[in-house]
Amino acid sequence: MVTVTTVDTLQEAAASSAGEAVFLGGGTLVMRSVNYGELTVPQIVRLRSATALRDIRADGTRINIGAAATMGDVLRSSEVSFLHPVARQVGGPAIRNMATVGGNIFAPHPYGDFAVALLALDARLRMSDGSETDLESLLAARDSERRLVESVSIVRPAGDDFRFRKVSRVKPKGVSVMSLAAWLPRSAGRISGARIAFGAMAPTPVRARAAEAALEGATLDENGIAGALSAATQGLSPPDDGLASGWYRSQVAPVHLKRLLLGGGSRP
Amino acid sequence: MTKKPVQFQLNGSPVAVFSDEGQNLLDLLRRGVGDLSPKYGCGQGTCGSCTVIIDGEPRLSCLTLAETVEGQHVETTNGLANGPDLHALQEAFMENFAAQCGYCTPGMLMAAKALLDRTPRPSRAEIVEAISGNICRCTGYEPIIDAILAASGQPTRRTG
Repeated sequence: MVTVTTVDTLQEAAASSAGEAVFLGGGTLVMRSVNYGELTVPQIVRLRSATALRDIRADGTRINIGAAATMGDVLRSSEVSFLHPVARQVGGPAIRNMATVGGNIFAPHPYGDFAVALLALDARLRMSDGSETDLESLLAARDSERRLVESVSIVRPAGDDFRFRKVSRVKPKGVSVMSLAAWLPRSAGRISGARIAFGAMAPTPVRARAAEAALEGATLDENGIAGALSAATQGLSPPDDGLASGWYRSQVAPVHLKRLLLGGGSRP
Repeated sequence: MTKKPVQFQLNGSPVAVFSDEGQNLLDLLRRGVGDLSPKYGCGQGTCGSCTVIIDGEPRLSCLTLAETVEGQHVETTNGLANGPDLHALQEAFMENFAAQCGYCTPGMLMAAKALLDRTPRPSRAEIVEAISGNICRCTGYEPIIDAILAASGQPTRRTG
């Protein structure tokens, strides 16, 4: 049997949800576990109101997204129009009115595509204890994380420097076989400091560091990206699951990376 | 089991009920309030048959913790008709053969109503997007798209 505790602040929620409890964000993952009798802890902790954590606003050179902002909030915000193709591929409209940015960071595969985009964008997280961390560090120890995410901060990418691609078998909506995101800053036509992130190529979203290194100083064309495609899966051990085998994922990852890098933005 | 009082507006009328700990809104509506119009399909956010409108937005009642709708406005298919007069969407679903087994229909209707409330004359692409979270295994979707076009006063495949 599960009990529900309602608190007023994120700090109270973090204190209450450490240990034998789970924090309820948009409900799309927690309530599913409740419905299927799969919740592994006896307590749900929720905020009485998460309105204050739904703000999306520019702050200098960065954009802050409240952890309780839903995918629908993202789609309604002109500040983060570059993330609209990402949010639009999370579920249908009803799910998007519930699923939160903060929850997506903790969503296991085959969910969590938004976190892939945030990882490529080098997101920094403000946590419930007032500390800051980068998303990559949090993902590396996600299962043992006891803090809650308060907000996500990203830099607005220039022009078409940011790209995202979700690969699914069911159209127009289906869970992802894999998802890919790239941030490709360029100087004088050459890539500098690229970040590439994969979903479903590891237990959490991960960076493709070998591919990133191969893109340094390269041009964004067939010849320039050849090294990155060869290195696309280097160091990655994609999982087998009901959607695809790890072998399949390894084989098609360079194909989708090529489409991402040369084809630009997202597709349904 | 602890019961929690929940008060909200259901189809424009005040409701005051007790929810169980961890109970989802769909279960509260069906067993606690007696509104059987939203359907249980998958319980995991895949099928959309439990779609209701909460404060103007389509949401999935099976994934909504019941107590979180305190003070909110919930709309279900039961609230569409006005006495014997069906809602334009319900009429259009009948005229365009948009229901066969009918299990997805309440969710489809609410997804469509949420769309038309915001976009009275949606494009076909907007309709497809609006019902993209709702699964129908009978119709092949085209009659449903036609029905929503018809309800918004636009030509369909048959009338166009």
